[in-house]
Amino acid sequence: MTQLRTEEFTVNMGPHHPSTHGVCRLLLTMDGERVVHIEPYIGYLHRALEKICENRTYPQCIPILDRFEYVTAMSCNYVFALAAERLASIQVPERAEYLRVIMLELNRMASHLLWYGTTALDLGAITPFLYGFRERELILDLFEMTCGQRLTYNYIRIGGVARDIPPQFIPKCREAVKTITEKMSDYEGLLNENPIWMARNKKVGVMSPELAIAYGVSGPPLRASGVKYDIRRNDPYSIYDRFQFNIPTQRNGDCYDRYIQRLQEIKESLKIVSQALDGLPEGDIKAKVPGVFKPPAGEVYARMENSRGELGVYLISDGTNKPLRVKTRGGSYNNLQVLPELGKGLLIADVVAIMASLDIIMPEVDR
Amino acid sequence: MTPIIASGELIVLFRWLHAQLASVGLPDIWVTVITYAVLGVFMFALLAVIALFLVWWERKISAHIQQRFGPMRVGWHGWYQTIMDALKLLQKEDIRVDTRDKPVFFWAPVLCFVAAFLAYVSIPFGDGLIVSDLNIGILYIIAVTTFTIISLLMAGWGSNNKYALLGGMRSAAQVVSYEVPMIASILTVILFSGSLSMVKIVESQTGHGIFNWFVFRVPFGPIAFLTYLITATAETNRTPFDIPEAEQELVAGYNVEYSGMKFAMFFLAEFVNMFTVSAIATTLFLGGWNGPFLPSWIWFLGKTLFVVFILMLFRWTYPRLRVDQLMEFSWKFLVPVTFANLILAGWMKYAKWHW
Repeated sequence: MTQLRTEEFTVNMGPHHPSTHGVCRLLLTMDGERVVHIEPYIGYLHRALEKICENRTYPQCIPILDRFEYVTAMSCNYVFALAAERLASIQVPERAEYLRVIMLELNRMASHLLWYGTTALDLGAITPFLYGFRERELILDLFEMTCGQRLTYNYIRIGGVARDIPPQFIPKCREAVKTITEKMSDYEGLLNENPIWMARNKKVGVMSPELAIAYGVSGPPLRASGVKYDIRRNDPYSIYDRFQFNIPTQRNGDCYDRYIQRLQEIKESLKIVSQALDGLPEGDIKAKVPGVFKPPAGEVYARMENSRGELGVYLISDGTNKPLRVKTRGGSYNNLQVLPELGKGLLIADVVAIMASLDIIMPEVDR
Repeated sequence: MTPIIASGELIVLFRWLHAQLASVGLPDIWVTVITYAVLGVFMFALLAVIALFLVWWERKISAHIQQRFGPMRVGWHGWYQTIMDALKLLQKEDIRVDTRDKPVFFWAPVLCFVAAFLAYVSIPFGDGLIVSDLNIGILYIIAVTTFTIISLLMAGWGSNNKYALLGGMRSAAQVVSYEVPMIASILTVILFSGSLSMVKIVESQTGHGIFNWFVFRVPFGPIAFLTYLITATAETNRTPFDIPEAEQELVAGYNVEYSGMKFAMFFLAEFVNMFTVSAIATTLFLGGWNGPFLPSWIWFLGKTLFVVFILMLFRWTYPRLRVDQLMEFSWKFLVPVTFANLILAGWMKYAKWHW
């Protein structure tokens, strides 16, 4: 039999593709079904957020940064407020800190629930998608009740929060926590032991701790590789040192571990929210911040643990009411870099699974 | 010539039609042609209604699994939603890529659609309700339903799109691999019925209540039924075996470049195929039209819709397999199991350890 000539071919996966979660474009070099090389092309969602911030006053930057990572906009609000507070040495009132923690953890859960749904969708299971969104809805209702918005909140401000929670918030929040705690068994029952789910995820996209650290991977993918690193513990901010919670880690660093990792993080977040609700003190919700906020000249880097890794803001002030430079650092950017390394030599379906498990969100990559 | 409808509920109608046409004085050949044409239109209409119903039903089932309502707006619980969808698709622009392979691109949906309907020549809807009781019935059905792969491959090739081509190649590889265990599990039944005719297969399951159904003839019956159900899911390209059109990997696979009515033809053919494999499962394993009290066609439809319901449950519960896992599952698990089962059944038949 004569030898048939084979040829590698390239496939543009994206920018419009159902499983690139936005407008990421992967240039795949394929040998049949097998992926030989992956090259991510980014920048389709570049909106020059950092530059826009330079022309805005400090409080005006917060709604801009809502769009930086819109799935967890609370974190973006918070990290900018944190940087500005550190520059101006503002002491945030107790109640505001508690409210911030509640909101941040609720938002982390909302983000992980969204991830749970979309990842299952990427692997062809449609029903978990709606399960995840059903409980996310409870959290979004709480946010809507508090700040009137469901996606871009503009709630956490410099020196505190925008407004106090309404009286019905606490019972509703407890109810949501209870519901999600109960529904966790639904999620686990649907996928954890599912043979197809395990076959698709186990030993796929194995990331060693060394590789993760070398690429600057952070957040759940890093902890799923076995590195116990969580900024809430390693570089504490806000009042996280007052709460009892664990930092779950996994051993193998494959897609399945990243899935388990996020489910466990939801459980930890539930614990934190319950404790914060119990300990919520009365008092002011905002420190005295002058109407024209002018921090002294200087520079600061503030960072926090977001649902997608380390979220940071590097802020340079020249003493005026506008920042001289705002540099943002999103977890997705570094997490996307590792994708070509993980996906090489696997099948196209695995690339989809790995990309889903890294939980990349494109506005955070492109800014 | 084989009888159009051997006996059963509709025979009166066709005898009447035949007599009317003959009394006008038409030559015999024309009477036959017209009778067959009427029958063809009738079957086509019936299957179109079934396909439209299945689309609506699937949407309702998926909605209730996911705690939604599904279509609710048009009619009672949205009962004519799919009719409106079909009308909308008819009005849509038929977008064609310039670089397509013109004849292949055009004929792929037609072939898919026709192949889906051909199987119904030999499927018994009830006692005597069969278009033509071919003596090679099941063989014929398997042969014509395999045309679907050719159409998918044509669609993938003709679109001149890399995703479509991957989808077409996947479907060809998949269906060829799953045809083998499927036929092995069907052979188990044929071994005991002693005939390839669909009517004979059903008749061999009459008596003794439900215990003569092949699905209850332990141990080989249930195994053959389960393996048939799995392979049937794969044959119809449904989750967890829907890799040819895996929308998260290949956008939409082979039908990515199709729009309007051409897309609708693929879509309806998929549902007709689902009904076909369920009807075969009913005929081969669940006793066909056998059942007490009710008319035979109600029993047939009820059992078939039950199998369809199982296939739908699969789709809305499971994730999708990867392409290599799919192949491994067929060649390393299903093929050995079905052949071992076939040997077991043959041995039991030889030793007369069966009823």
